Amino acid sequence: MTGKEEARNTRTIAVDLVARVEGEGALRVTVKDGTVQDVELKIFEPPRFFEAFLQGRHYSEVPDIVARICGICPVAYQMSAVHALEQIFGLQVDGALRDLRRLIYCGEWIESHALHVYMLQAPDFLGYDSGIAMAKDHPAVVTRGLRLKKAGNAIMTLLGGRSVHPVSVKVGGFSRVPRRSELEGLKDELLWARDAAVETVRWVAGFEYPEFTPDYNDVALSHPDEYPFNEGQIVASSGLQISATEFEQHFIEHQVAYSNALHCSLHGSSYLVGPLARLNLNFEHLMPLVKQVLADCAVALPLRNPFHGIIARSVEILYALEESLRLIERYEPPPVSAQPVVVRPGTGMACTEAPRGILYHRYQVDGAGVIREAKIVPPTSQNQSRVEQDLRLFLPRLLDLPDKQIGLACERVIRCYDPCISCATHFLNLEITREGVA
Amino acid sequence: MKKDRPHSCAIRIIGLGNGMRGDDAVGLLAARRIRQEVGDCVEVIEAEMAGVDLIDLMKGAHSVMLIDAARSRQAPGTIHRLDASAGPIGSQMFPRSSHALGTVDALELARAMGVLPATVIVYGVEVDNTEAGQPLSPLVATALDEVVARIVQECEAHHA
Repeated sequence: MTGKEEARNTRTIAVDLVARVEGEGALRVTVKDGTVQDVELKIFEPPRFFEAFLQGRHYSEVPDIVARICGICPVAYQMSAVHALEQIFGLQVDGALRDLRRLIYCGEWIESHALHVYMLQAPDFLGYDSGIAMAKDHPAVVTRGLRLKKAGNAIMTLLGGRSVHPVSVKVGGFSRVPRRSELEGLKDELLWARDAAVETVRWVAGFEYPEFTPDYNDVALSHPDEYPFNEGQIVASSGLQISATEFEQHFIEHQVAYSNALHCSLHGSSYLVGPLARLNLNFEHLMPLVKQVLADCAVALPLRNPFHGIIARSVEILYALEESLRLIERYEPPPVSAQPVVVRPGTGMACTEAPRGILYHRYQVDGAGVIREAKIVPPTSQNQSRVEQDLRLFLPRLLDLPDKQIGLACERVIRCYDPCISCATHFLNLEITREGVA
Repeated sequence: MKKDRPHSCAIRIIGLGNGMRGDDAVGLLAARRIRQEVGDCVEVIEAEMAGVDLIDLMKGAHSVMLIDAARSRQAPGTIHRLDASAGPIGSQMFPRSSHALGTVDALELARAMGVLPATVIVYGVEVDNTEAGQPLSPLVATALDEVVARIVQECEAHHA
């Protein structure tokens, strides 16, 4: 076949994903004789820069540095970091300090999920190309979403000092803990937000979803007594149950030719992390109110459709508000804002539940408390293979559409996972390679 | 984040960016410098990667000046001055933050919801290097001086 003929019979779908300073990501699809041959998703990962940057820094600087990896989930990065470092120093943070860490994490889930549900994914179901376009027709809905997000921000600001890059989290606890009256000051807004969250679950449960149920291996933390944030075993629906210290024995990162980002696999296969997997594996720990709302909306678990991620996020917003109110109710300020740290050399690992799924950190620290090595495996890189597989499964029903329509549909699939580029997906330019008979 | 902002200030200046990503810090650094150089009649906020929270940060202000890193394939250090109150500004120039809504999205959302302040001027500084932990690159450091001088001058003219 000559180059010309090949070009005529070839269809490439290439989607450029533009992010703020993280560079560019892309999706490339190759179709041959009407069949999807290759799906290559390239997402740029900012944590990789930070691994090198952390080397040589004092352990006490780590929470402040990792908070800047992501403007949406700084608490997740801080929580995985401090738990890994505390493992090295033999520290177990418990009591009110442990509760406060759950509480600040609740704030981040509320904030992050509300943004995604209302501004990024709901427009896909309501026929708008952006949250901005949706706001023009549905100002009350968008106002509710932004106020919900703000309720999460308020928790993060009170406990973290500020919402975007919390500065109060440190190894051993916090640099400052709130008075009881300060936490109680949040209650009225959180009670409003809980009602709004119930409405949110009902709202999204009424959306129309495409029929699509891939076979997922769900992976999440699991704790015997609670819905997981900072502690628990890593479990998979395939039966795996390990501690975070064993993560790298089971979850292997590998380079793929088309991307500088690493993909992560569990025993050689793709897997799913994030709200859908977390909800499927931890349903028993939801409060009665949350279970009741799910039952009222006829939402049956496990959820198998990635588009139902918006339902899982909405359910977790409601859970996080219930949990916040419970934690505030029982709060008594701890005697110290942070437990004393005795530095010792070693290696520590921790996994916590970021809004987008498990976030693994490993640090090696020397006797002076200086970071010698840092490893960060974010949820987005763990889901990358799974997203590709979903696209491979979803694309056949789209191939008769014009490239532009295919691109928009691919964006919607990608957006289900809320990866680090989901905000940028309105920029997608699609290119399809079609080989053979069109 | 402060809840209630004083309404007495004639201009509110908001610096945006990521303090640990090289040139992406330019808006934050400019805001810090401007705070030292202008009087009480200008309110200055350093807001790292505020995203959609920018709407709240602008609340109650009549006149807002934003300073952010820009990337539109022009020479590093180029300073853009755009009037967002007149109409949408180029979203390609201020790329979105990672899975958040960026500056332009926040402005357009505010406009759609009818809460955009009467005057919104956006200063964008073309960035060069945004790698983690790097200082400002030389051209952007020079542009920082210039953008600070221009905004201070604009504030003074406003009060003249």
